[in-house]
Amino acid sequence: MRTNSMIMEVKDFSFTYAGASAPSLKRINLPIEKNKITALIGPSGCGKSTLLRSMNRIHDLYPGNTYEGEIRLYDHREEIENILNIKKENDFIRLRQAVGMIFQKPTPFPMSIYDNVAYGLKLAGIKNKGEIEGRVEKALQDAAIWEETKDRLRESAMGLSGGQQQRLCIARAVALKPDVLLFDEPTSALDPISTGAIEELIAELKKDVSVVIVTHNMQQASRLSNYTAFMYLGDLIEYGETDKIFLNPSVKLTEDYITGRFG
Amino acid sequence: MGGKLFKNFSFLSATLSFFILIGIFAVLFQYAQAALHEFGIDFLYSESWEVDEDDEGGLFGGWIPIVGTLLSTLIAMAIAIPLAMGIAIFLTEIAHEKLVKPVSVAIELLAAIPSIIYGMWGLFYFAPIVQSTVGGDGVGLLTAGIVLAIMIIPFMAAITRDAMNTVPPVLKESAYAMGATTFEVVKDVVMPYAKGGIIGSIILALGRALGETMAVAFLIGSVMSIPSRITDPTTSIPVLLANNFAEAQDLEISAMYYLALILFVVSFALISLAKFYFFGRKTV
Ligand SMILES: Nc1ncnc2c1ncn2[C@@H]1O[C@H](COP(=O)(O)OP(=O)(O)O)[C@@H](O)[C@H]1O
Ligand SMILES: [Mg+2]
Repeated sequence: MRTNSMIMEVKDFSFTYAGASAPSLKRINLPIEKNKITALIGPSGCGKSTLLRSMNRIHDLYPGNTYEGEIRLYDHREEIENILNIKKENDFIRLRQAVGMIFQKPTPFPMSIYDNVAYGLKLAGIKNKGEIEGRVEKALQDAAIWEETKDRLRESAMGLSGGQQQRLCIARAVALKPDVLLFDEPTSALDPISTGAIEELIAELKKDVSVVIVTHNMQQASRLSNYTAFMYLGDLIEYGETDKIFLNPSVKLTEDYITGRFG
Repeated sequence: MGGKLFKNFSFLSATLSFFILIGIFAVLFQYAQAALHEFGIDFLYSESWEVDEDDEGGLFGGWIPIVGTLLSTLIAMAIAIPLAMGIAIFLTEIAHEKLVKPVSVAIELLAAIPSIIYGMWGLFYFAPIVQSTVGGDGVGLLTAGIVLAIMIIPFMAAITRDAMNTVPPVLKESAYAMGATTFEVVKDVVMPYAKGGIIGSIILALGRALGETMAVAFLIGSVMSIPSRITDPTTSIPVLLANNFAEAQDLEISAMYYLALILFVVSFALISLAKFYFFGRKTV
């Protein structure tokens, strides 16, 4: 029997973009452990974003991509679902509420700070004003941005600084109480101080959610993550506990990358 | 050297266009003086348009062409706005990539057709259809309004599409990533983000509809009477000007300059609003 510590599991997953001649991902196998942070590292163009964007099927906004294999989502009732089989709009919505995503650049919606966080809740069909209010406040607190925003909730979110906007986006995702949060280089557009704040926040978040984070920054991966996967040219070269990957990788290629010999 | 020359030249052209604008306004205002003096503000809501053959005066009021202009434009906007929005949304958010290109090209070509062709097509092809489906004489407010709508839809759709295309894909993706449907993404992200450009395109189209002469001249009936039904013929400011200018004299000429002045001021105000307020400003 499987002792299930996983929240998601990628199995023999291959992915080819519409019109591309070669696959961008080749038979990837990767477990995503529950309440842990998993980092995806590797040189630019190796397929990190492609993999991450498969995990909430956001790729499917654009037609014509082909893929095979399985991406399993284990929900709290321990039921297994292959998310690649999802076809109905309702199921997509359910998936994306369970697996949230934060992008490289902050993406506040053109509405107030409050509405940005309440938006997902309203989409999820929550009508009760009091409940929405409570969850917005909680999410802003969880994303460590409540103090800065509590007096200006009705103001446009566009007026916040880049770092604040990114924390707002995290609050927005957290408000939905997702099982998994996917981060695609969430700090690469931010200054060091904002980066520090976001890193702290992600470390804090893993109490409640499982995190997958793509990063270019080796220090960030080693500081933050419990598990690391090293990818290269569409292959997953090595996966393991972060300490092991960074201190004692088993594959030469991994070592070369981590020590900065290429990348 | 060349740079400086070019700079001076562009400065000159820019100033020149400003002076032309002032010049046109001054001329309209000058020639409208007689009618302004004679009728004052009452001109706006007087229905009569009668030439007095003896003393070369007469009794002139702008009410009928003003109402005709406003109503035909209103009908056109009521039809054009939802359709143009629909086309723009279809092109930016729904249509398959392979379809976007040909449809976009078709729309741009439609926007480039001279309005007289719309007028002829409307008169010979479309007016009989209106007549057989809703009655009336074929020509009239409704026919003019519908053909005006058909004329401005491509233009409005193209500008709205451009505005919607400025929405960063990642912003839409983040709404989808929270479980939004296409409808919700359009309503909550695309439209608010592109709001300035969308309203701007509506106002520019409004300006075009207000000032359109040829197509409307074919289709509105050119009758000096207040329409009581939507299919009734009437007239509009540009149509009245185009039809009557050749034979008019003295006070009637001045009355027409008065009408032209009204149209100029309204169109100018609308276009300035669209350009400086809605296109110039960063949204949200
Ligand atoms: N929309 C796309 N269409 C076709 N190929 C793409 C697309 N996006 C990315 N790719 C290709 O897929 C490969 C992996 O890209 P990506 O996942 O973005 O890499 P990473 O995030 O690791 O930098 C690259 O070779 C890239 O050129
Ligand atoms: Mg990437």
